[in-house]
Amino acid sequence: MSPLGELFHQELRVINLGLEYFAEEIERLGVPVIHVAWSPPAGGDPKKAALLAALADEDEDDA
Amino acid sequence: MSPEAIRSVVKPSAYQDSVTLLLLARQLRSGSGVLEAAALMATPSNKDLFEQSGLLTAEAANAGPNDLVVAVRAESAAAAEAALDRAARLLGGKSRRLEGSGRIAPRTLESAKRLLPDANLALISVPGAFAAQEAKKALRLGLHVMLFSDNVRLEDEVALKRLAVKRGLLMMGPDCGTAILNGVPLGFANAVPRGRIGLVSASGTGLQQVTTLLAAQGQGISQAIGVGGRDLSEVVGGLMALQALDALAADPASGLVMVIGKPPAPAVRERIELRLRAIGKPCVLALLGQGVREGRDGAIHVVATLEDAALAALALLEGQPFAPQPFSIPPIDLRQCVEDARRGLQSGQGSVRALYAGGTLAHEAVLILEPLLGSVATNLAPGSVGRHLVIDLGADEYTVGRAHPMLDATVRVEAIRKAAQDPEVAVLLLDVVLGHGAAPDPAGDVAPAIAAALAAARAEGRGLAAVASVIGTASDPQDLAAQCARLEAAGAWVLPSNAQAVRAAACIAGGEPVLARLLAGES
Repeated sequence: MSPLGELFHQELRVINLGLEYFAEEIERLGVPVIHVAWSPPAGGDPKKAALLAALADEDEDDA
Repeated sequence: MSPEAIRSVVKPSAYQDSVTLLLLARQLRSGSGVLEAAALMATPSNKDLFEQSGLLTAEAANAGPNDLVVAVRAESAAAAEAALDRAARLLGGKSRRLEGSGRIAPRTLESAKRLLPDANLALISVPGAFAAQEAKKALRLGLHVMLFSDNVRLEDEVALKRLAVKRGLLMMGPDCGTAILNGVPLGFANAVPRGRIGLVSASGTGLQQVTTLLAAQGQGISQAIGVGGRDLSEVVGGLMALQALDALAADPASGLVMVIGKPPAPAVRERIELRLRAIGKPCVLALLGQGVREGRDGAIHVVATLEDAALAALALLEGQPFAPQPFSIPPIDLRQCVEDARRGLQSGQGSVRALYAGGTLAHEAVLILEPLLGSVATNLAPGSVGRHLVIDLGADEYTVGRAHPMLDATVRVEAIRKAAQDPEVAVLLLDVVLGHGAAPDPAGDVAPAIAAALAAARAEGRGLAAVASVIGTASDPQDLAAQCARLEAAGAWVLPSNAQAVRAAACIAGGEPVLARLLAGES
Protein backbone atom coordinates (compact mmCIF):
# COMPACT_ATOMS: atom_id res chain seq x y z
CA MET A 1 0.00 0.00 0.00
CA SER A 2 1.25 3.51 -0.78
CA PRO A 3 2.07 5.86 2.11
CA LEU A 4 -1.14 7.72 1.26
CA GLY A 5 -3.27 4.57 1.43
CA GLU A 6 -1.62 3.72 4.77
CA LEU A 7 -2.24 7.20 6.19
CA PHE A 8 -6.01 6.64 6.18
CA HIS A 9 -5.54 3.67 8.54
CA GLN A 10 -3.03 5.30 10.89
CA GLU A 11 -3.43 7.54 13.89
CA LEU A 12 -2.49 11.07 12.84
CA ARG A 13 0.78 12.31 14.41
CA VAL A 14 1.70 15.84 13.60
CA ILE A 15 4.82 17.97 13.50
CA ASN A 16 3.81 21.63 13.55
CA LEU A 17 6.09 24.26 12.10
CA GLY A 18 5.06 27.91 12.23
CA LEU A 19 1.92 29.13 14.00
CA GLU A 20 1.95 27.66 17.51
CA TYR A 21 -1.78 28.31 17.58
CA PHE A 22 -2.34 25.32 15.27
CA ALA A 23 -0.34 23.01 17.55
CA GLU A 24 -2.49 24.11 20.50
CA GLU A 25 -5.70 23.38 18.55
CA ILE A 26 -4.45 19.92 17.53
CA GLU A 27 -3.29 19.13 21.06
CA ARG A 28 -6.72 20.09 22.41
CA LEU A 29 -8.21 17.37 20.17
CA GLY A 30 -5.97 14.78 21.85
CA VAL A 31 -3.86 14.24 18.72
CA PRO A 32 -0.11 13.75 19.27
CA VAL A 33 1.66 16.89 18.07
CA ILE A 34 5.12 18.31 18.47
CA HIS A 35 5.72 22.00 17.89
CA VAL A 36 9.01 23.09 16.37
CA ALA A 37 10.54 26.27 17.85
CA TRP A 38 11.32 27.36 14.30
CA SER A 39 13.27 30.45 13.39
CA PRO A 40 14.18 31.63 9.90
CA PRO A 41 17.38 30.13 8.50
CA ALA A 42 20.34 32.24 7.35
CA GLY A 43 19.49 35.08 9.73
CA GLY A 44 16.11 35.58 8.09
CA ASP A 45 17.54 36.37 4.65
CA PRO A 46 15.45 34.40 2.10
CA LYS A 47 18.15 34.66 -0.61
CA LYS A 48 20.89 33.27 1.63
CA ALA A 49 18.48 30.61 2.90
CA ALA A 50 17.77 29.51 -0.70
CA LEU A 51 21.52 29.31 -1.41
CA LEU A 52 22.09 27.18 1.69
CA ALA A 53 19.18 24.93 0.68
CA ALA A 54 20.57 24.60 -2.85
CA LEU A 55 23.92 23.49 -1.39
CA ALA A 56 22.14 20.92 0.77
CA ASP A 57 20.19 19.74 -2.30
CA GLU A 58 23.39 18.70 -4.07
CA ASP A 59 23.58 15.73 -1.69
CA GLU A 60 20.04 14.60 -2.48
CA ASP A 61 19.04 12.45 -5.44
CA ASP A 62 15.59 13.88 -6.05
CA ALA A 63 16.26 17.62 -5.77
CA MET B 1 5.28 69.85 24.43
CA SER B 2 3.13 66.79 23.86
CA PRO B 3 2.79 64.50 26.89
CA GLU B 4 2.62 61.55 24.47
CA ALA B 5 5.32 58.95 24.97
CA ILE B 6 6.83 56.43 22.57
CA ARG B 7 8.59 53.46 24.12
CA SER B 8 10.00 50.28 22.63
CA VAL B 9 11.74 47.13 23.67
CA VAL B 10 13.95 44.90 21.52
CA LYS B 11 14.23 41.17 22.19
CA PRO B 12 17.26 39.93 20.24
CA SER B 13 16.93 36.66 18.29
CA ALA B 14 13.38 36.05 19.51
CA TYR B 15 11.42 34.85 16.49
CA GLN B 16 7.65 34.91 16.90
CA ASP B 17 5.14 34.06 14.18
CA SER B 18 3.15 36.89 12.62
CA VAL B 19 -0.29 35.93 13.94
CA THR B 20 0.99 35.74 17.52
CA LEU B 21 2.48 39.22 17.08
CA LEU B 22 -0.66 40.67 15.50
CA LEU B 23 -2.82 39.35 18.31
CA LEU B 24 -0.32 40.74 20.82
CA ALA B 25 -0.38 44.20 19.20
CA ARG B 26 -4.18 44.11 19.23
CA GLN B 27 -4.22 43.33 22.96
CA LEU B 28 -1.76 46.16 23.65
CA ARG B 29 -3.84 48.65 21.63
CA SER B 30 -6.86 47.91 23.82
CA GLY B 31 -4.83 48.92 26.92
CA SER B 32 -5.66 52.06 28.87
CA GLY B 33 -3.99 55.19 27.44
CA VAL B 34 -2.42 53.33 24.52
CA LEU B 35 -2.74 55.17 21.18
CA GLU B 36 -0.85 52.80 18.87
CA ALA B 37 1.11 49.59 19.29
CA ALA B 38 3.05 47.23 17.07
CA ALA B 39 4.95 44.01 17.64
CA LEU B 40 7.00 42.92 14.65
CA MET B 41 10.25 41.27 13.66
CA ALA B 42 12.60 44.13 12.69
CA THR B 43 12.87 43.34 8.97
CA PRO B 44 13.41 46.33 6.64
CA SER B 45 9.74 46.32 5.51
CA ASN B 46 8.50 46.08 9.09
CA LYS B 47 10.72 49.01 10.06
CA ASP B 48 8.87 50.99 7.36
CA LEU B 49 5.60 50.01 9.09
CA PHE B 50 7.00 51.22 12.43
CA GLU B 51 7.97 54.50 10.82
CA GLN B 52 4.57 54.99 9.16
CA SER B 53 2.88 54.41 12.53
CA GLY B 54 5.23 56.90 14.23
CA LEU B 55 6.73 54.10 16.31
CA LEU B 56 10.28 53.89 14.96
CA THR B 57 12.50 54.52 17.98
CA ALA B 58 16.30 54.61 17.66
CA GLU B 59 16.63 51.14 19.17
CA ALA B 60 13.98 49.76 16.78
CA ALA B 61 15.87 51.33 13.85
CA ASN B 62 19.06 49.56 14.96
CA ALA B 63 17.43 46.14 15.44
CA GLY B 64 18.04 43.30 12.98
CA PRO B 65 15.62 40.98 11.14
CA ASN B 66 15.88 38.27 13.84
CA ASP B 67 15.05 40.72 16.61
CA LEU B 68 11.55 41.21 17.92
CA VAL B 69 10.51 44.83 18.50
CA VAL B 70 7.50 45.87 20.56
CA ALA B 71 6.73 49.60 20.32
CA VAL B 72 3.90 51.65 21.79
CA ARG B 73 2.74 55.24 21.63
CA ALA B 74 0.67 56.22 24.66
CA GLU B 75 -0.90 59.23 26.34
CA SER B 76 1.78 59.20 29.03
CA ALA B 77 5.13 57.62 29.79
CA ALA B 78 3.48 55.57 32.54
CA ALA B 79 0.87 54.16 30.14
CA ALA B 80 3.60 53.29 27.61
CA GLU B 81 5.70 51.53 30.26
CA ALA B 82 2.64 49.64 31.50
CA ALA B 83 1.91 48.42 27.95
CA LEU B 84 5.49 47.17 27.52
CA ASP B 85 5.25 45.33 30.86
CA ARG B 86 2.05 43.75 29.61
CA ALA B 87 3.76 42.70 26.37
CA ALA B 88 6.59 41.10 28.34
CA ARG B 89 4.06 39.18 30.44
CA LEU B 90 2.10 38.00 27.36
CA LEU B 91 5.23 36.90 25.49
CA GLY B 92 6.78 35.42 28.63
CA GLY B 93 3.60 33.48 29.28
CA LYS B 94 3.90 31.80 25.90
CA SER B 95 7.44 30.59 26.33
CA ARG B 96 6.83 29.57 29.96
CA ARG B 97 3.94 27.42 28.86
CA LEU B 98 6.10 25.64 26.33
CA GLU B 99 8.78 24.98 28.93
CA GLY B 100 6.16 24.19 31.58
CA SER B 101 4.73 21.36 29.48
CA GLY B 102 7.95 19.46 30.15
CA ARG B 103 8.61 18.92 26.46
CA ILE B 104 11.83 19.64 24.72
CA ALA B 105 10.98 22.07 21.94
CA PRO B 106 12.96 20.95 18.89
CA ARG B 107 14.31 23.67 16.63
CA THR B 108 14.19 21.79 13.33
CA LEU B 109 11.92 19.41 11.47
CA GLU B 110 14.60 16.72 11.57
CA SER B 111 14.94 16.83 15.37
CA ALA B 112 11.14 16.86 15.74
CA LYS B 113 10.98 13.69 13.63
CA ARG B 114 13.53 12.07 15.93
CA LEU B 115 11.37 12.94 18.95
CA LEU B 116 8.17 11.71 17.27
CA PRO B 117 9.52 8.98 14.95
CA ASP B 118 6.10 7.78 13.83
CA ALA B 119 4.95 11.29 12.89
CA ASN B 120 3.13 11.15 9.56
CA LEU B 121 2.13 14.76 8.84
CA ALA B 122 3.91 18.12 8.85
CA LEU B 123 1.68 21.18 9.25
CA ILE B 124 3.74 24.10 7.95
CA SER B 125 2.81 27.78 8.35
CA VAL B 126 6.17 29.55 8.32
CA PRO B 127 6.57 32.70 6.16
CA GLY B 128 6.21 31.92 2.44
CA ALA B 129 9.83 32.69 1.54
CA PHE B 130 11.00 29.77 3.71
CA ALA B 131 7.99 27.48 3.36
CA ALA B 132 9.00 25.52 0.25
CA GLN B 133 12.34 24.49 1.78
CA GLU B 134 10.66 23.20 4.91
CA ALA B 135 7.99 21.37 2.90
CA LYS B 136 10.69 19.70 0.81
CA LYS B 137 12.51 18.58 3.97
CA ALA B 138 9.26 17.16 5.34
CA LEU B 139 8.52 15.20 2.14
CA ARG B 140 12.06 13.79 2.17
CA LEU B 141 11.48 12.64 5.76
CA GLY B 142 8.48 10.71 4.43
CA LEU B 143 5.91 13.06 5.94
CA HIS B 144 2.66 14.09 4.30
CA VAL B 145 2.52 17.89 4.20
CA MET B 146 -0.18 20.46 4.80
CA LEU B 147 1.31 23.79 3.71
CA PHE B 148 -0.79 26.62 5.12
CA SER B 149 1.68 29.33 4.02
CA ASP B 150 0.97 31.40 0.94
CA ASN B 151 3.38 33.45 -1.19
CA VAL B 152 5.12 30.28 -2.31
CA ARG B 153 6.46 30.44 -5.88
CA LEU B 154 4.46 28.51 -8.49
CA GLU B 155 7.56 26.62 -9.69
CA ASP B 156 8.23 25.54 -6.10
CA GLU B 157 4.66 24.28 -5.82
CA VAL B 158 5.07 22.18 -8.96
CA ALA B 159 8.42 20.77 -7.75
CA LEU B 160 7.00 19.92 -4.30
CA LYS B 161 3.94 18.21 -5.76
CA ARG B 162 6.06 16.19 -8.21
CA LEU B 163 8.23 15.04 -5.33
CA ALA B 164 5.12 14.14 -3.31
CA VAL B 165 3.59 12.16 -6.19
CA LYS B 166 6.87 10.28 -6.68
CA ARG B 167 6.85 9.30 -3.01
CA GLY B 168 3.12 8.62 -2.74
CA LEU B 169 2.66 11.44 -0.23
CA LEU B 170 0.10 14.23 0.20
CA MET B 171 1.30 17.74 -0.57
CA MET B 172 -1.67 19.86 0.50
CA GLY B 173 -1.11 23.49 -0.50
CA PRO B 174 0.60 25.94 -0.55
CA ASP B 175 -2.21 28.17 0.67
CA CYS B 176 -4.14 25.20 2.02
CA GLY B 177 -6.27 26.54 4.87
CA THR B 178 -8.45 23.54 5.61
CA ALA B 179 -8.25 19.77 5.70
CA ILE B 180 -9.81 16.94 7.69
CA LEU B 181 -7.68 13.79 7.84
CA ASN B 182 -8.84 10.68 9.73
CA GLY B 183 -11.46 12.84 11.46
CA VAL B 184 -8.94 15.43 12.67
CA PRO B 185 -9.67 19.03 11.61
CA LEU B 186 -6.47 20.80 10.51
CA GLY B 187 -5.98 24.54 10.03
CA PHE B 188 -9.37 26.24 9.75
CA ALA B 189 -11.83 23.36 9.85
CA ASN B 190 -15.08 22.51 11.58
CA ALA B 191 -15.99 19.75 14.00
CA VAL B 192 -17.84 17.38 11.68
CA PRO B 193 -18.64 13.68 12.10
CA ARG B 194 -16.87 10.94 10.21
CA GLY B 195 -18.89 9.57 7.35
CA ARG B 196 -18.97 8.35 3.79
CA ILE B 197 -18.03 11.44 1.77
CA GLY B 198 -14.49 11.91 0.52
CA LEU B 199 -13.57 15.43 -0.58
CA VAL B 200 -10.84 17.02 -2.62
CA SER B 201 -10.89 20.80 -2.39
CA ALA B 202 -8.95 23.67 -3.88
CA SER B 203 -10.82 26.01 -1.52
CA GLY B 204 -10.70 26.26 2.27
CA THR B 205 -14.00 28.00 3.00
CA GLY B 206 -15.66 26.03 0.19
CA LEU B 207 -14.69 22.86 2.00
CA GLN B 208 -15.96 24.31 5.29
CA GLN B 209 -19.34 25.24 3.79
CA VAL B 210 -19.87 21.80 2.25
CA THR B 211 -18.75 19.80 5.31
CA THR B 212 -20.86 21.87 7.74
CA LEU B 213 -23.98 21.55 5.56
CA LEU B 214 -23.42 17.78 5.37
CA ALA B 215 -23.02 17.68 9.15
CA ALA B 216 -26.31 19.57 9.57
CA GLN B 217 -27.99 16.69 7.72
CA GLY B 218 -26.19 14.06 9.78
CA GLN B 219 -23.69 13.02 7.11
CA GLY B 220 -19.95 13.05 7.69
CA ILE B 221 -16.59 13.04 6.01
CA SER B 222 -14.24 10.13 5.35
CA GLN B 223 -11.36 12.42 4.33
CA ALA B 224 -11.26 16.06 3.21
CA ILE B 225 -8.06 16.79 1.33
CA GLY B 226 -7.12 20.39 0.58
CA VAL B 227 -4.89 20.89 -2.45
CA GLY B 228 -4.44 24.70 -2.54
CA GLY B 229 -6.06 27.22 -4.88
CA ARG B 230 -3.56 26.77 -7.75
CA ASP B 231 -3.62 22.97 -7.99
CA LEU B 232 -6.19 22.94 -10.81
CA SER B 233 -4.29 25.54 -12.86
CA GLU B 234 -2.66 24.53 -16.13
CA VAL B 235 0.86 24.81 -14.70
CA VAL B 236 0.26 22.59 -11.65
CA GLY B 237 -2.05 20.38 -13.72
CA GLY B 238 -4.14 19.05 -10.84
CA LEU B 239 -1.17 16.94 -9.65
CA MET B 240 -2.43 16.70 -6.08
CA ALA B 241 -6.15 16.57 -6.89
CA LEU B 242 -5.51 13.51 -9.08
CA GLN B 243 -3.31 11.89 -6.43
CA ALA B 244 -5.99 12.53 -3.79
CA LEU B 245 -8.73 11.15 -6.06
CA ASP B 246 -6.77 7.91 -6.49
CA ALA B 247 -6.48 7.59 -2.73
CA LEU B 248 -10.22 8.21 -2.23
CA ALA B 249 -11.03 5.74 -5.02
CA ALA B 250 -9.12 3.04 -3.13
CA ASP B 251 -10.57 4.03 0.27
CA PRO B 252 -13.49 1.75 1.19
CA ALA B 253 -14.77 4.34 3.72
CA SER B 254 -15.39 6.87 0.94
CA GLY B 255 -18.71 5.96 -0.67
CA LEU B 256 -18.92 9.18 -2.67
CA VAL B 257 -16.24 11.48 -3.97
CA MET B 258 -16.49 15.24 -4.39
CA VAL B 259 -14.23 17.84 -6.00
CA ILE B 260 -14.59 21.50 -4.93
CA GLY B 261 -12.89 24.49 -6.53
CA LYS B 262 -13.03 27.20 -9.14
CA PRO B 263 -13.19 26.29 -12.84
CA PRO B 264 -9.92 24.56 -13.77
CA ALA B 265 -7.91 24.89 -16.96
CA PRO B 266 -9.78 22.90 -19.67
CA ALA B 267 -7.09 20.22 -19.95
CA VAL B 268 -7.10 19.78 -16.17
CA ARG B 269 -10.88 19.54 -16.07
CA GLU B 270 -10.72 16.79 -18.67
CA ARG B 271 -8.17 14.84 -16.61
CA ILE B 272 -10.26 15.23 -13.44
CA GLU B 273 -13.47 14.12 -15.17
CA LEU B 274 -11.71 11.14 -16.73
CA ARG B 275 -10.40 10.11 -13.32
CA LEU B 276 -13.83 10.59 -11.69
CA ARG B 277 -15.49 8.37 -14.31
CA ALA B 278 -12.96 5.62 -13.59
CA ILE B 279 -13.54 5.70 -9.82
CA GLY B 280 -16.69 3.58 -9.88
CA LYS B 281 -18.34 5.61 -7.13
CA PRO B 282 -20.90 8.42 -7.35
CA CYS B 283 -19.17 11.78 -7.76
CA VAL B 284 -20.12 15.42 -7.23
CA LEU B 285 -18.26 18.10 -9.13
CA ALA B 286 -18.54 21.61 -7.65
CA LEU B 287 -16.33 23.84 -9.78
CA LEU B 288 -17.91 27.22 -9.17
CA GLY B 289 -17.93 29.38 -12.29
CA GLN B 290 -20.15 31.22 -14.75
CA GLY B 291 -22.57 29.14 -16.79
CA VAL B 292 -22.08 25.79 -15.05
CA ARG B 293 -24.21 23.14 -16.74
CA GLU B 294 -25.88 21.56 -13.76
CA GLY B 295 -27.09 18.01 -13.69
CA ARG B 296 -26.07 14.41 -13.96
CA ASP B 297 -23.62 13.15 -16.54
CA GLY B 298 -23.08 9.44 -15.96
CA ALA B 299 -21.58 8.95 -12.51
CA ILE B 300 -20.77 12.66 -12.17
CA HIS B 301 -23.27 15.13 -10.77
CA VAL B 302 -22.33 18.72 -11.65
CA VAL B 303 -23.58 21.46 -9.28
CA ALA B 304 -23.43 25.26 -9.27
CA THR B 305 -23.20 26.09 -5.55
CA LEU B 306 -21.56 24.71 -2.42
CA GLU B 307 -24.94 24.03 -0.82
CA ASP B 308 -26.05 22.08 -3.89
CA ALA B 309 -22.82 20.07 -3.65
CA ALA B 310 -23.74 18.96 -0.13
CA LEU B 311 -27.40 18.28 -0.95
CA ALA B 312 -26.58 16.45 -4.21
CA ALA B 313 -24.11 14.24 -2.32
CA LEU B 314 -26.76 13.35 0.27
CA ALA B 315 -29.29 12.53 -2.46
CA LEU B 316 -26.82 10.41 -4.46
CA LEU B 317 -25.81 8.40 -1.38
CA GLU B 318 -29.46 7.59 -0.79
CA GLY B 319 -30.08 6.83 -4.47
CA GLN B 320 -32.49 9.75 -4.73
CA PRO B 321 -32.70 12.29 -7.57
CA PHE B 322 -31.48 15.81 -6.79
CA ALA B 323 -33.06 19.08 -7.91
CA PRO B 324 -31.66 22.36 -6.59
CA GLN B 325 -33.95 24.67 -4.60
CA PRO B 326 -33.29 28.40 -4.07
CA PHE B 327 -34.45 28.39 -0.43
CA SER B 328 -35.16 25.81 2.24
CA ILE B 329 -37.85 27.92 3.93
CA PRO B 330 -41.44 27.89 2.58
CA PRO B 331 -42.25 30.66 0.04
CA ILE B 332 -44.86 32.26 2.31
CA ASP B 333 -42.31 32.67 5.14
CA LEU B 334 -39.68 33.85 2.69
CA ARG B 335 -41.96 36.53 1.30
CA GLN B 336 -42.69 37.75 4.83
CA CYS B 337 -38.99 37.89 5.72
CA VAL B 338 -38.14 39.84 2.56
CA GLU B 339 -41.02 42.24 3.20
CA ASP B 340 -39.82 42.84 6.77
CA ALA B 341 -36.25 43.38 5.63
CA ARG B 342 -37.29 45.88 2.93
CA ARG B 343 -39.25 48.01 5.40
CA GLY B 344 -38.02 51.60 5.37
CA LEU B 345 -35.93 51.28 2.19
CA GLN B 346 -36.01 54.49 0.15
CA SER B 347 -36.31 54.69 -3.64
CA GLY B 348 -32.54 55.07 -4.23
CA GLN B 349 -31.62 52.12 -2.01
CA GLY B 350 -31.00 49.09 -4.16
CA SER B 351 -27.45 47.90 -3.80
CA VAL B 352 -25.92 44.93 -2.01
CA ARG B 353 -22.75 45.45 0.04
CA ALA B 354 -21.17 42.06 0.73
CA LEU B 355 -18.27 41.95 3.20
CA TYR B 356 -16.72 38.50 3.26
CA ALA B 357 -14.11 36.71 5.34
CA GLY B 358 -14.19 33.61 3.12
CA GLY B 359 -12.75 34.00 -0.39
CA THR B 360 -14.72 31.22 -2.07
CA LEU B 361 -17.91 32.37 -0.34
CA ALA B 362 -17.33 35.84 -1.84
CA HIS B 363 -16.72 34.24 -5.25
CA GLU B 364 -19.96 32.26 -4.91
CA ALA B 365 -21.81 35.48 -3.99
CA VAL B 366 -20.69 37.17 -7.23
CA LEU B 367 -21.79 34.14 -9.27
CA ILE B 368 -25.26 34.11 -7.69
CA LEU B 369 -25.81 37.90 -7.61
CA GLU B 370 -24.89 38.80 -11.20
CA PRO B 371 -27.66 36.87 -13.00
CA LEU B 372 -30.21 38.24 -10.51
CA LEU B 373 -29.13 41.87 -10.13
CA GLY B 374 -26.66 42.72 -12.89
CA SER B 375 -23.00 43.76 -12.68
CA VAL B 376 -21.11 43.39 -9.42
CA ALA B 377 -17.92 45.26 -8.54
CA THR B 378 -15.51 43.03 -6.63
CA ASN B 379 -11.86 42.91 -5.64
CA LEU B 380 -11.93 39.29 -6.83
CA ALA B 381 -12.04 40.66 -10.41
CA PRO B 382 -9.86 43.80 -10.54
CA GLY B 383 -11.41 46.43 -12.80
CA SER B 384 -14.96 45.12 -12.40
CA VAL B 385 -17.67 47.76 -12.00
CA GLY B 386 -21.26 47.57 -10.87
CA ARG B 387 -23.90 48.89 -8.55
CA HIS B 388 -23.30 46.08 -6.06
CA LEU B 389 -20.06 45.46 -4.21
CA VAL B 390 -18.62 42.14 -3.03
CA ILE B 391 -15.39 42.41 -1.04
CA ASP B 392 -13.18 39.50 -0.03
CA LEU B 393 -11.61 40.98 3.10
CA GLY B 394 -9.20 38.06 3.27
CA ALA B 395 -7.48 39.24 0.08
CA ASP B 396 -3.86 40.36 0.32
CA GLU B 397 -4.67 44.08 0.07
CA TYR B 398 -6.64 43.87 3.35
CA THR B 399 -4.33 41.54 5.26
CA VAL B 400 -0.91 43.20 4.92
CA GLY B 401 0.24 43.84 8.48
CA ARG B 402 -2.99 42.39 9.89
CA ALA B 403 -4.44 39.00 10.71
CA HIS B 404 -7.03 37.40 8.43
CA PRO B 405 -10.65 38.57 9.01
CA MET B 406 -11.47 35.10 10.31
CA LEU B 407 -9.21 35.96 13.26
CA ASP B 408 -9.47 39.73 13.52
CA ALA B 409 -12.71 41.58 12.68
CA THR B 410 -11.23 45.10 12.85
CA VAL B 411 -11.28 45.74 9.09
CA ARG B 412 -14.74 44.26 8.62
CA VAL B 413 -16.20 46.27 11.48
CA GLU B 414 -14.93 49.46 9.82
CA ALA B 415 -16.32 48.35 6.43
CA ILE B 416 -19.76 47.73 8.00
CA ARG B 417 -19.71 51.23 9.53
CA LYS B 418 -18.85 52.79 6.16
CA ALA B 419 -21.51 50.80 4.29
CA ALA B 420 -24.17 52.17 6.65
CA GLN B 421 -23.26 55.71 5.56
CA ASP B 422 -23.88 54.94 1.88
CA PRO B 423 -27.49 55.94 1.07
CA GLU B 424 -27.62 53.50 -1.88
CA VAL B 425 -26.92 50.39 0.18
CA ALA B 426 -30.08 48.38 0.92
CA VAL B 427 -28.52 45.31 2.45
CA LEU B 428 -25.32 44.17 4.14
CA LEU B 429 -24.32 40.60 3.38
CA LEU B 430 -21.85 38.72 5.58
CA ASP B 431 -20.38 35.30 6.25
CA VAL B 432 -19.42 34.21 9.74
CA VAL B 433 -17.00 31.29 9.78
CA LEU B 434 -16.72 29.11 12.89
CA GLY B 435 -14.54 26.13 13.64
CA HIS B 436 -11.09 25.23 14.88
CA GLY B 437 -8.66 28.01 14.12
CA ALA B 438 -11.33 30.72 13.82
CA ALA B 439 -11.83 33.51 16.37
CA PRO B 440 -13.48 32.50 19.67
CA ASP B 441 -16.61 34.64 19.07
CA PRO B 442 -16.80 35.67 15.39
CA ALA B 443 -20.50 36.63 15.56
CA GLY B 444 -19.88 38.68 18.70
CA ASP B 445 -17.04 40.48 16.91
CA VAL B 446 -19.37 41.84 14.19
CA ALA B 447 -22.80 41.91 15.90
CA PRO B 448 -22.36 45.32 17.62
CA ALA B 449 -21.23 46.82 14.29
CA ILE B 450 -24.31 45.39 12.54
CA ALA B 451 -26.66 46.75 15.22
CA ALA B 452 -24.94 50.16 15.06
CA ALA B 453 -25.15 50.22 11.23
CA LEU B 454 -28.89 49.48 11.24
CA ALA B 455 -29.44 52.15 13.90
CA ALA B 456 -27.33 54.71 12.00
CA ALA B 457 -29.40 54.21 8.83
CA ARG B 458 -32.65 54.52 10.82
CA ALA B 459 -31.39 57.73 12.40
CA GLU B 460 -31.01 59.14 8.90
CA GLY B 461 -34.53 58.08 7.95
CA ARG B 462 -33.47 55.11 5.82
CA GLY B 463 -34.01 51.41 6.13
CA LEU B 464 -31.10 48.97 6.02
CA ALA B 465 -31.11 45.18 6.20
CA ALA B 466 -28.41 42.73 7.24
CA VAL B 467 -28.23 39.16 5.99
CA ALA B 468 -25.73 36.55 7.15
CA SER B 469 -24.90 32.89 7.02
CA VAL B 470 -22.93 31.08 9.68
CA ILE B 471 -20.55 28.37 8.51
CA GLY B 472 -20.31 26.03 11.46
CA THR B 473 -21.68 23.04 13.36
CA ALA B 474 -23.22 22.44 16.78
CA SER B 475 -19.97 20.72 17.79
CA ASP B 476 -17.72 23.64 16.88
CA PRO B 477 -16.01 25.38 19.80
CA GLN B 478 -18.08 28.56 19.18
CA ASP B 479 -21.56 26.87 19.27
CA LEU B 480 -23.52 27.40 16.06
CA ALA B 481 -26.90 28.14 17.70
CA ALA B 482 -25.44 30.77 20.04
CA GLN B 483 -23.59 32.47 17.16
CA CYS B 484 -26.77 32.61 15.03
CA ALA B 485 -28.73 34.00 17.98
CA ARG B 486 -26.09 36.69 18.52
CA LEU B 487 -26.47 37.88 14.91
CA GLU B 488 -30.26 37.74 15.03
CA ALA B 489 -30.27 39.79 18.24
CA ALA B 490 -28.27 42.43 16.35
CA GLY B 491 -30.99 42.55 13.67
CA ALA B 492 -29.53 40.24 11.03
CA TRP B 493 -31.52 37.69 9.05
CA VAL B 494 -29.53 34.45 9.32
CA LEU B 495 -29.90 31.86 6.56
CA PRO B 496 -28.68 28.26 6.57
CA SER B 497 -26.15 28.61 3.74
CA ASN B 498 -24.13 31.25 1.92
CA ALA B 499 -26.04 30.60 -1.32
CA GLN B 500 -29.39 31.21 0.40
CA ALA B 501 -28.05 34.31 2.17
CA VAL B 502 -26.89 35.73 -1.18
CA ARG B 503 -30.29 35.06 -2.77
CA ALA B 504 -32.03 36.66 0.22
CA ALA B 505 -29.84 39.75 -0.14
CA ALA B 506 -30.70 39.86 -3.86
CA CYS B 507 -34.43 39.72 -3.00
CA ILE B 508 -34.03 42.58 -0.52
CA ALA B 509 -32.11 44.75 -2.99
CA GLY B 510 -34.15 43.83 -6.06
CA GLY B 511 -37.57 43.43 -4.47
CA GLU B 512 -40.53 41.48 -5.84
CA PRO B 513 -39.22 40.89 -9.40
CA VAL B 514 -36.15 39.04 -8.09
CA LEU B 515 -38.17 37.13 -5.52
CA ALA B 516 -40.69 36.08 -8.19
CA ARG B 517 -37.91 34.92 -10.51
CA LEU B 518 -36.29 32.82 -7.80
CA LEU B 519 -39.57 31.25 -6.73
CA ALA B 520 -40.36 30.47 -10.38
CA GLY B 521 -37.12 28.49 -10.51
CA GLU B 522 -34.98 30.84 -12.59
CA SER B 523 -31.31 31.17 -11.59
